[in-house]
Amino acid sequence: MNRYPVWKYAIIVVVLLVGLIYALPNFFGEAPAVQVSAAKSTVKIDASTRARVQELLKTAGLTPELLSLEPTAVRARFATTDDQIKARDTLQQALVPNADEPSYVVALNLVSRSPSWLTALHAFPMYLGLDLRGGVDFLLQVDMRGVLDKKAESFAGDIRMGLREKKVRGSAVNRNGQTVEITLRDADSLETTRRLIQDTMPDLSTVESQQGAEWRIVASIKPEAARRIQDAALKQNVTTLHNRINELGVAEPVIQQQGIDRIVVQLPGMQDPAQAKRIIGRTATLEMRLVDESAEGRSAELSGGPVPFGSEKFLDRQGRPVIVKKQVLVTGENLTDAQPGFDQQSNQPKVDLTMDAKGGRIMRDVSRENYKKRMAMLIFEKGKGEVLTAPSINGELGNRFQVSGSMTVSEANDLALLLRAGSLAAPMEIIQERTIGPTQGAENIKKGFDSVMYGFAAIMVFMCIYYALFGLFSSIALAVNLMLLVAILSILQATLTLPGIAAMALAIGVAIDSNVLINERVREELRNGASPQAAIHAGYERAWGTILDSNVTTLIAGIALLAFGSGPVRGFAVVHCIGIVTSMFSAVFFSRGLVNFWYGQKKKLKTVSIGTVWRPKTDGAAVAETK
Amino acid sequence: MEFFRIHKTIPFMRHALVLNIISFVTFALAVFFLFHRGLHLSVEFTGGTVMEVAYTQSADVGKVRDIVGRLGYTEVQVQSFGKSVQIRLPVKKGVTSAQQSAQVMDALKVAEPTVELRSNEFVGPQVGDELTTNGLKALGMVVVGIMIYLAFRFEWKFALATVLANLHDVVIILGFFAFFQWEFSLAVLAAVLAVLGYSVNESVVIFDRIRENFRRYRKMSTTEIIDNAITSTISRTIITHGSTQLVVLSMFFFGGPTLHYFALALTIGICFGIYSSAFVAAAIAMWLGVKREDLIKGGPAKRDGESEDDPNAGAVV
Repeated sequence: MNRYPVWKYAIIVVVLLVGLIYALPNFFGEAPAVQVSAAKSTVKIDASTRARVQELLKTAGLTPELLSLEPTAVRARFATTDDQIKARDTLQQALVPNADEPSYVVALNLVSRSPSWLTALHAFPMYLGLDLRGGVDFLLQVDMRGVLDKKAESFAGDIRMGLREKKVRGSAVNRNGQTVEITLRDADSLETTRRLIQDTMPDLSTVESQQGAEWRIVASIKPEAARRIQDAALKQNVTTLHNRINELGVAEPVIQQQGIDRIVVQLPGMQDPAQAKRIIGRTATLEMRLVDESAEGRSAELSGGPVPFGSEKFLDRQGRPVIVKKQVLVTGENLTDAQPGFDQQSNQPKVDLTMDAKGGRIMRDVSRENYKKRMAMLIFEKGKGEVLTAPSINGELGNRFQVSGSMTVSEANDLALLLRAGSLAAPMEIIQERTIGPTQGAENIKKGFDSVMYGFAAIMVFMCIYYALFGLFSSIALAVNLMLLVAILSILQATLTLPGIAAMALAIGVAIDSNVLINERVREELRNGASPQAAIHAGYERAWGTILDSNVTTLIAGIALLAFGSGPVRGFAVVHCIGIVTSMFSAVFFSRGLVNFWYGQKKKLKTVSIGTVWRPKTDGAAVAETK
Repeated sequence: MEFFRIHKTIPFMRHALVLNIISFVTFALAVFFLFHRGLHLSVEFTGGTVMEVAYTQSADVGKVRDIVGRLGYTEVQVQSFGKSVQIRLPVKKGVTSAQQSAQVMDALKVAEPTVELRSNEFVGPQVGDELTTNGLKALGMVVVGIMIYLAFRFEWKFALATVLANLHDVVIILGFFAFFQWEFSLAVLAAVLAVLGYSVNESVVIFDRIRENFRRYRKMSTTEIIDNAITSTISRTIITHGSTQLVVLSMFFFGGPTLHYFALALTIGICFGIYSSAFVAAAIAMWLGVKREDLIKGGPAKRDGESEDDPNAGAVV
């Protein structure tokens, strides 16, 4: 009765093996490394970057322990921090000659020392949270009201323009919060306006009313459109933040959306929150200006002559000079969207730009007067301008126009991104900020690790003394539980924080519960006079229902924490939930396997080593029996 | 080794009234302190700045408080954890968190140049309310989830009794935090909810045994059945809680300031968990009038060899 079929043992062996492989990288520790990643979206990291890094390190007389090419970065691992610093300086000098215009980010990092065959199996160590590795952590709140207000304002402008075009007279268009109110003189105008909105602005829904001789339409942004607009704004802010944070030289920044209107920024290893804040809060602006096409301007552009009065010289992304007039036509304020796409006719990559009403009007006027001339789109950051693109105007432009020709798909994507990233879509505010010093991080790891270790040791000693061999089995099962927990966390690459380690410790305490339940039950069966084999069998069978019930209730609490928790609570809940699931496997299925393996073969089993089974005697004198 | 050598069934239920009165008084006291003193909420809830600074020697809290107080902060909390000191500053209009902490650090450095900033945390006031509502939502979900599960697995009277008993634990934990003015942080909230899930275990174990006993001992009265169930599971209850407590103690002693109150909340939760599941939950179920028929549905239970797919399997001899 206490035998497992071969397939059950096979499952156990496979799970243990997989668990061991994926838990293993955590035991190798970390080594100092230098990481080279792209600072601009136009710079690609590939095998040639790796070769270049190798070459540079070789000339500097440094031999990295390992030089690996990852999807977004080249990492060189070193034996000592001295080599690491030297390598960083060498690479920084060679790859980033101009600190104002970095093409690459050269950052110090720590990488796992685990052998490459483990990495090849995608076995990585657990991802440590900021409280364990040190760094700066921001929570940013995006002003979604501002986003919708701005959008409503741009709709109001569009409606005003549309009405003027349709020659609707005596209308008044006003933005009121996130709605646009249009007052009209007659029913005909009302109909025209309604049509206009319906046909050209599908994101708006309208309500009409009449008050005396005044007709009114209230247009509001549809909820689904509002959601889309907010989502797009948030995504754009995340993209912008990515670009900016690249400059900080942080090895593994985390920039994530949290909830509907928040962004988490984590900068591991960063110690200066003030600098980080400056960069995050910086505003970049996009400007569109005409290229100076006069003879002087041409000569300045081609042969480096003097820049004519009223113009300025900027470099484009390839480093070629472009002479641009000082007068600004439109700024990023008027650009509502930029999306990459394909031209229907020529099937070439293009970027579609959408301007608001004001921008559209200016574009129309400018394009009419400057047909076949070039218009430059510049981005200004830290007071320094760069020409993104300077296409020639090939027709009358309006609210929507496209930039196309001689672009690859990825160039079109980059351009759209840069145009959009010109400025943050919505203002943001830092609502939470945390700085954890590097020593504090290391100390937290130690504290967490100590808690787990001593707790585990104490339980193990107790179990082995109290339940003898069964206690040993339980302890082994507990160790397996811990290993599986670590393995799953490593596979999921879930962020481990100090509360997460606490959950790990607690998981040990909860997991042993199941084993105590089983062991007590087996003892009880023995006490009631069952044969050893029957007692083991009955003990496991009967305890199972209880174990399931209690684990499900604990899991309910864990899931509630996961659903509603944020920050430290979430970190706790993830580990807590996984711990419960793994404990069901280890404490019941695995420990039964051990017991079956040990006792199952013995047909005439007389005794079970489960500590003292004490039997109350009916005549009063109790007898303790050691088995 | 065997700790529990219990000769006879202990008549727990005979003292049910007394025990329930004790519970009620503790509960009422906890509620009183919760309202009277309120919880000492951490910066995560209230907003503000928390700095942790480290000294080379044991820090002089009084001196630190004095220095910070001289900067014009009236409500400063300074707490020492050996060599490190936690300073909590309220939100001040017009001054950013970074400026606040820089100001404090400068002042501290004047008095003791070796002081080092370990960590700095700033929370805006808008975060707190959300945390409170989310905390309450989580609590609600745990209570409802557990009730539904237990009502499904056992019976509504047990479900209600369990949840009442465990909520009583939660309120008592909160009461302790209010009475001693320990800091109630997000980690403590996590601990409280985890304890809620965890101590339901105990009630489940006892109820499982009550159900089993109803089947096994057809002649016993409900009170005797409950007594027997508690007696035969008490050793297990104490051992499991004891072993969980071993880990919690380990966190308490080695986990540092972050885990200090977390472990403390767990400790109280575990102690009262034993008490409430053994003495409160079963008693409430008894008051609610649990009967044999509530648990054993669909005719007389079969003896040995009950089919495996029976949801109530695992409770026959």
